[in-house]
Amino acid sequence: MAEENKKIDLNRRKFLLTATSVTGAIGVSAAGIPFVSSMLPSEKAKAAGAAVEVDIAGIKLGEIKTSEWRGQPVWILNRSDAMIKKLDNNEELADPDLKVVSQQPKYCKNKTRSIKSNLLVIVGICTHLGCAPAPKLLPKGDMGSEWEGGFFCPCHGSKFDLAGRVFKGSPAPTNLVVPPHKYINEHTVLIGEDPEGVA
Amino acid sequence: MEKEPNTTSNGMLGWIDERFPLSSFIKNHLTGYYAPKNFNFWYFFGALALFVFVMQILTGIFLTMHYKPSASEAFASVEYIMRDVSFGWLIRYMHSTGSSLFFVVIYLHMFRGLMYGSYRKPRELLWLFGVFIFLLLMAEAFFGYLLPWGQMSYWGAQVIVNLFTSVPFIGPDLAEWVRGDYLVSDATLNRFFAFHVIALPLALAGLIFGHLIALHEVGSNNPDGIDIKSTKDKKTGIPLDGIPFHPYYTVKDLVGLSVFLIVFASIIFFAPEMGGYFLEANNFVPANPLVTPDHIAPVWYFTPFYSILRAVPPLFNSQFPGVAAMGLSVLIFFFVPWLDKSKVRSIRYKGTLYKKWLSTFVISFIVLGYLGTVPSNVWGQFYSAIPIIGGSDVATIIARIFTVTYFLFFILMPIYSRKDITKTVPKRVRM
Amino acid sequence: MKNIIIIFAIIILPSFSFASESVKLQKAPIDLDDKKSLQRGARNFVNYCLNCHSASYMRYNRLTDIGLTEELIENNLLFTSDKVGNPMAISMKYSDAKKWFGAAPPNLSVTARSRGADWIYSYLRSFYKDSSRSMGWNNVVYKNSAMPHILWELQGEQHLNHDTNELKLAVPGKLSPKEYNQFVGDITNYMVFMSEPGQQKRRQIGYYVLAFLFLLLVLTINLKKEYWKNIK
Repeated sequence: MAEENKKIDLNRRKFLLTATSVTGAIGVSAAGIPFVSSMLPSEKAKAAGAAVEVDIAGIKLGEIKTSEWRGQPVWILNRSDAMIKKLDNNEELADPDLKVVSQQPKYCKNKTRSIKSNLLVIVGICTHLGCAPAPKLLPKGDMGSEWEGGFFCPCHGSKFDLAGRVFKGSPAPTNLVVPPHKYINEHTVLIGEDPEGVA
Repeated sequence: MEKEPNTTSNGMLGWIDERFPLSSFIKNHLTGYYAPKNFNFWYFFGALALFVFVMQILTGIFLTMHYKPSASEAFASVEYIMRDVSFGWLIRYMHSTGSSLFFVVIYLHMFRGLMYGSYRKPRELLWLFGVFIFLLLMAEAFFGYLLPWGQMSYWGAQVIVNLFTSVPFIGPDLAEWVRGDYLVSDATLNRFFAFHVIALPLALAGLIFGHLIALHEVGSNNPDGIDIKSTKDKKTGIPLDGIPFHPYYTVKDLVGLSVFLIVFASIIFFAPEMGGYFLEANNFVPANPLVTPDHIAPVWYFTPFYSILRAVPPLFNSQFPGVAAMGLSVLIFFFVPWLDKSKVRSIRYKGTLYKKWLSTFVISFIVLGYLGTVPSNVWGQFYSAIPIIGGSDVATIIARIFTVTYFLFFILMPIYSRKDITKTVPKRVRM
Repeated sequence: MKNIIIIFAIIILPSFSFASESVKLQKAPIDLDDKKSLQRGARNFVNYCLNCHSASYMRYNRLTDIGLTEELIENNLLFTSDKVGNPMAISMKYSDAKKWFGAAPPNLSVTARSRGADWIYSYLRSFYKDSSRSMGWNNVVYKNSAMPHILWELQGEQHLNHDTNELKLAVPGKLSPKEYNQFVGDITNYMVFMSEPGQQKRRQIGYYVLAFLFLLLVLTINLKKEYWKNIK
């Protein structure tokens, strides 16, 4: 051989090192995708969490019906006109203008937080630490003379009004969640699916 | 005493080094660990075995998240992983293919050791660690094979556990104790699961650590079997035939890893069942304690030992000799360092006698392995007119012959390795 | 070294061609890219097989993989009470089935993997009239099978010539032999799909992974050469 040592081409070495490292890093992260995504809800969980139809024909004015969606309680409250009227009174509320968008679908971002003004569909889980609040629909009673009707969480005392909006001073940071839902017909609501034409 | 500032490094690394021997670890085991420069492709398999081990742990963790170790749910939970879990099929195939390739890699790694005399002084303990790893790996694979709870899983476990009944005196009680029931059942599955996912992997990790520590203490052997520490640079004390593991062998092992990954991926994505050798057809039938499949055979990596079990005839109505022979066929690897009396380490300088015996061993291993995958009567019978062996199975006779040659390779080693005419070993390694 | 490889090849290769089938099986027309065949197979499977056999590892909505929409599945294949995300279960009780047939009809979700496509295809074609059996039918591929010939109206009645061991169509059915073969071919094709619904996707991903790994191999080989060029 003519030369004892071939010259070390530092540029080539650096290029190859970078190219291999980058390719390897891409490979490792791509290989990570299956592992991460295997922890997402499976097809079984998705099937179990599919939208549920609820019959609303039997809910009288001022009454509440509890159904289940994805293992969570979902309340359907048929509000009377008097109840709806109380919703105008929003001085004590933490987020009366529904600024936290994640708490309700766009089509429920209104005064009553609902599609039909009387029917409130709402997930019965406190936004503080996940307890199930108790409906205290009637004014006063054991809630004291100031109470105008709403929901009360027994764990840490969060209070919500009849549209699931949280009162100031409650530990719960946001309003109760309105799930995606749509009306299939007069008597049936489908919880878990948006109405047609809404993303 | 005042500390000298900036002797090694500063910044993050310096901060760590004052509290943890990171730099010195890297130096001792990577950049300052001198390995012989003449490794050939046989030296890929150790690193690859480590890689497969890590992959099995990783995929195993994710399978455990979805698998249910109960007789009524196990089979369905595997199908759940295959269908309902996002990318579950990929993780499962990685694990099932990984287990077979683990044995491919380990067998090649062991063969490398036999060829180049990597078990000879001072590497006896390194070899013993390795044989222990192999033993536990077989146990790990056996326990894991029950988990899919298919017909092959069930009957494989049934047959192997029943081998314990042949142990004199305590046999039947022992088998019952291993199963935790009168037959392979939910209790058996549950405890095999415990062994498979925690007990044996922990023990394996410990032994692999010991294997590597022992390796770095004595240094790697090489295809020439020459001790590179005997010719050192006078000034630096670095072996003249040694090169630092990092970067030289890290970049070389990356090539080996790339080739391995291509093989691995080809099987996972295009032939995960590998023609019924990696995933057996009958294992897609749920375990049924009332019906044994027509033809049961262990997975391919156990078949050489299974053939030895079948080849040894019962003695006084006891299966024990077969079981003992099978056990011995694995345990005999422990004694290799003391059986080889040759003057040289590597096959490159050994004579034809040793080469012939090693070839005989490899052929015996492969033939026995093949015979273990097929029913014992596959080649029909000898004509009854032939004296002595007439009327018996061709396959059984062949299995017996190769069982004998398998053991003779070890038993006669002290004799033929002494008699063997060796060549002179040069001072320096050849590339 | 070369000898070992040759010997290895001689010994190992025959083992791959080894087959212990006593009955010669017909080759099933499997084509997982043929969406029309898979859809016909799915329909036939639901109509004929899913009454007694369950396929409970398979979810109905997985049929979207063979080009069906959820609406189509809901309207044509589902029982009224089922949801599209439900598995293909049956209402027959295991114990009842065992009483009626002598053996409970197996879950067919992965049968294509345990028996093989050719076996299923040949089995469905090999029923013959046998008055000695309680259901009146026997099968060449699976002797004394407990399953009656569900498709006999379509295939007709075959008789077995016990000397030549050949089947002959004695009474023609609603379908011509060619049509019948296509009919059971579709079912078999569907069952192969159902045994691993993700297999097409698996192969697709495989090509990308291999392409990537070959790129990695080229890079690592060059990197190794660059580092090793002075080692000799």
